[in-house]
Amino acid sequence: MTKEEIREAVLDILSDVAPDEDLSDLKDNVSFREQMELDSMDFLDIVMELRRRFKVNIPEEEYTALGSMDSTVEYLAPKMADL
Amino acid sequence: MLERVVITGVGLTAPNGNNLSEFRKALLEGRGGILDYEIRYFGKTHAGICDFDAQKYQTKKEIRRGTRAGSISIYCAHEAVNDSGIDWESVDKSRVGVYVGVTEHGNVETENEVYNISKYDYDTSMWTHHHNPRTVANNPAGEITLNMKISGPHYTLGAACAAGNTGLIQGMQMLQLHECDLAIAGGVSESIHTFGIFAAFDNQGALASNSDPLKASRPLDVNRNGIVVSEGGCLFTLERLSDAQARGAKIYGEIVGYAINSDATDFVLPNPERQAECIEKALEKAGLRPQDIDIVNLHATGTHSGDAQECAGLRKVFVDCPKTHFNATKGFIGHAMGAAGALELAGNLPAFDDSFCHACLNLDEVDEECALPNLVTGEPKALENVTCILNTSFGMLGINSVVIIKKFTEGAN
Repeated sequence: MTKEEIREAVLDILSDVAPDEDLSDLKDNVSFREQMELDSMDFLDIVMELRRRFKVNIPEEEYTALGSMDSTVEYLAPKMADL
Repeated sequence: MLERVVITGVGLTAPNGNNLSEFRKALLEGRGGILDYEIRYFGKTHAGICDFDAQKYQTKKEIRRGTRAGSISIYCAHEAVNDSGIDWESVDKSRVGVYVGVTEHGNVETENEVYNISKYDYDTSMWTHHHNPRTVANNPAGEITLNMKISGPHYTLGAACAAGNTGLIQGMQMLQLHECDLAIAGGVSESIHTFGIFAAFDNQGALASNSDPLKASRPLDVNRNGIVVSEGGCLFTLERLSDAQARGAKIYGEIVGYAINSDATDFVLPNPERQAECIEKALEKAGLRPQDIDIVNLHATGTHSGDAQECAGLRKVFVDCPKTHFNATKGFIGHAMGAAGALELAGNLPAFDDSFCHACLNLDEVDEECALPNLVTGEPKALENVTCILNTSFGMLGINSVVIIKKFTEGAN
């Protein structure tokens, strides 16, 4: 998957996890939590959906990589390059 | 002497109405709400399905994260509080207690998750982290407190199909103990979303079927063939009479008697003697005679043995009671499980004002074993005056519950 495809995939997950949020003007370089209401259970949902949809396993100590769209895409790019 | 407790608000969702006026209108006009239904693994059956707007009081995320029982509970709790007319903003939320009866909880969520991981070769790393908060037994009551920012006590009461009444009874007792100042109490059910309940009833020979879903639930009828499972909820706001009067609240009725007992005889078969004893205990607590009761709402689920046994119990108690009338509500809405007792009571409360005893739906030919004097069939019956309603709800493992509501009048009850 290209970075743009990964971004779309993450956006799709976010729209499921945070269905009340308007994601149309999401800023990729700003943390998710600054732009939307996300708690720890929501982050676990994002991790779970990545596992279910793309078989990407994210170790707990690396959850911080999912802070913003930019950091998430950078982190996932090597893991999802061959998908 | 224990303080008097009254019902000041009603919030409900039933297969044929999403508030008391809609529900009552459907009961008086003979409109049921049973539909054809299909659920995974089990296949086609009938069910009572509610169409309330969950987003009226919840965000999409809350709905996604929580349970159907939680959504039903939240809807009913808000509706009850709104109906009560209480100034919710000024209510001390630490003094509000939430007591929700449930037949079961967690089956739906567990089945869903087992189904989900079946898509991943039963890899438990795909099991949702939401499973525990969704399946803890207090979930439906807890979701209410989260949504409405209530910091008083909350819990559910597991009482099989007697649960709606037990929620009400618990709320009343907690008010009398001054554990809370406002109780949100009753029962809910999400059971139509678990295939297990349909399969188990079917394998027990107790699941109804009919070519016309609206005729499938037919308690007391000679052609009844089982239960129609329904979802639904009914929560009341309860207050001590003195508090209700101080704020000039509308009073639906006063809880004057109640009883809960156990058959101690069988996992599923009812025991008419214990049921009769439960009714007698409630009457004794209320200081009433059987002759004083105007409307008895039966549990009557539509099973062959259950209905017959229940009527045998009622015939023991209600002897020479010319003004007592009997009805059953499940012909309209099916068996709403944990919500049944509360919903069926709510459906009869307006009789204090309009004096009608709603009829039993689909009761075309009364089974001889279910014969009761003044059983209301066909059309609603206008009674001279309705001052006392007795509601029965019985459940598996032999749990029996009865509540008696009296029309509120000033002075001694």
